[in-house]
Amino acid sequence: MYTIGEKKATREAYGAALAEFGCDERVVVLDADLSKSTKTDSFLKVYPERFFNCGIAEGNMLSVAAGMSTCGKVVFASSFAMFAAGRAFEQVRNSIGYPKLNVKIGATHAGISVGEDGATHQCLEDMGIMRTIPNMVILNPADAAEARLAVKAAIDYEGPVYLRFGRLAVPTIFGEDYKFEIGKGVQLAEGKDVTIIATGLMVPYALEAKTVLNNQGIDARVVNIHTIKPIDRDIIIKAAKETGAIVTAEEHNIIGGLGSAVAEVLAEGCPVPIERVGTRDEFGRSGTPAKLFEIYGLDTKTIVEKAKTVIGRK
Amino acid sequence: MTNTTQLKLSAANIRKMALEAIHSAKSGHPGGSLSAADILAYLYMSEMNIDPKNPKDPNRDRFVLSKGHAAPGLYATLAERGFIPKVDIKTFRKAESYLQGHPDMKGVPGVDMSTGSLGQGISAACGIALAGKLDKKDYRVFTILGDGECEEGQVWEAAMFAAHYKLDNLTAFLDFNGLQIDGDITKVMNPTPFDKKFEAFNWNVICIDGHDYTQIEKAVEDAKACKGKPTIIIANTVKGKGVSFMENQAGWHGNAPSDEQYEQAIKELDEYINSLGGAC
Repeated sequence: MYTIGEKKATREAYGAALAEFGCDERVVVLDADLSKSTKTDSFLKVYPERFFNCGIAEGNMLSVAAGMSTCGKVVFASSFAMFAAGRAFEQVRNSIGYPKLNVKIGATHAGISVGEDGATHQCLEDMGIMRTIPNMVILNPADAAEARLAVKAAIDYEGPVYLRFGRLAVPTIFGEDYKFEIGKGVQLAEGKDVTIIATGLMVPYALEAKTVLNNQGIDARVVNIHTIKPIDRDIIIKAAKETGAIVTAEEHNIIGGLGSAVAEVLAEGCPVPIERVGTRDEFGRSGTPAKLFEIYGLDTKTIVEKAKTVIGRK
Repeated sequence: MTNTTQLKLSAANIRKMALEAIHSAKSGHPGGSLSAADILAYLYMSEMNIDPKNPKDPNRDRFVLSKGHAAPGLYATLAERGFIPKVDIKTFRKAESYLQGHPDMKGVPGVDMSTGSLGQGISAACGIALAGKLDKKDYRVFTILGDGECEEGQVWEAAMFAAHYKLDNLTAFLDFNGLQIDGDITKVMNPTPFDKKFEAFNWNVICIDGHDYTQIEKAVEDAKACKGKPTIIIANTVKGKGVSFMENQAGWHGNAPSDEQYEQAIKELDEYINSLGGAC
């Protein structure tokens, strides 16, 4: 489907997957006037009768999704992460999470890689917000291949799922044989000195960091956590026991997301030193994604530094 | 229509059970449960295609209590219609009970949508109506909005949505009792005029006395006959209807009666039932 190395935004893969798996007649797609950006227009072109634009009214859209799901529909409700998780939080909590309804929240334009639109549109809180809602599954794919599999897994899963996609074209890192299972982390590289646990767009940086560290005589393990909730405790505890130090990397505030989730698992299950890479409780700003990744320390260099720091704390 | 006397008896039973629930829980919302009781009685005892033995029938008519705090009224109605045992009413709001403070679709047979956070129920009702259109099913969807609830922006998002998608299988009642927690709705944050607003949102608008079954029936029939538009039935009601000391008192929005007040309320409702010719 996607070639390794091919640059493709996960939102593109989201739209394409909706069109591909939309042959399941239970699938209905809602959008809030952003279908060209969220890429749900790919579904609209194939299944116009099952696409409903809700206009710029995200709260209503999420509650409409809840109602439709009670009639056997698998409803994807799409908007930018800022509005799906932010503005519509309470609709998601009360209309979808509480009754555990079969609604999939397709949240695109997550994180700082939104770029030039700036802080108001760069959602760095969504995983934290969604993680606090009981019954919610959170998927944060790293590339187009994983995004496609996440959409399929969400359709097959009965219950609410928050899917997090990015605006920026990113390299495809997973091939045809890549296996995706909700709740199961994936070890991408073996290592014994430290484990880099990454999610979403930070996964390729984690792999690059391994190479850099390797050249400096440090053997780093790399784990991809695509499911932020329920988080794979086993793979985290195993990494802690076997490597003794953890670095997390996410395109999200270090409060509430992957870093917090991993820290919670470690604190309760195997306390080893941890360092977190992510935005440090601050808002973003306008700029090119590349420049912003550099400014906010979402890059290979920062992961390498944190890996050395955390090894020093062993 | 089930005969009017039967409906009046059912509504009186619903009022008694709603008060029993609230009194037993020592909390809950009597005012809006009592104001909506006649609409609930009409829908569940006369209008809706529902079967207590098959509460998940995909072809059933649906009901969403958008003003979810009137849960005692809804539970009492479900008990009156045979969805839940009447003896369970007194477990309302207790930790071991399935009768949560606000309606929980996962726990209560006959509850089609979990509600309680104002504004969300009408949107969910829109979703159910849209799914019905998509599946070419002829079930109808009913919802009851509070008048104070219409201060929520989401109600108007839903109003836009329902008209845009021509959800003529959706009928919303507006329980216009004129009072919200902090007092007169026009003084707290005036959401009126309702009729002109819904007209402007391209709804079919009908104004009635929400305690008159002939008017309720005619409005529902008009709603069914109206094609291409959702219908709002603006029902003028009395908050606390049926209990003299609760009527038109904002203070009875969310307070439980004392033992003495409860006895007085039940006495009044029993006298009313006797005046109709006895319990049904």
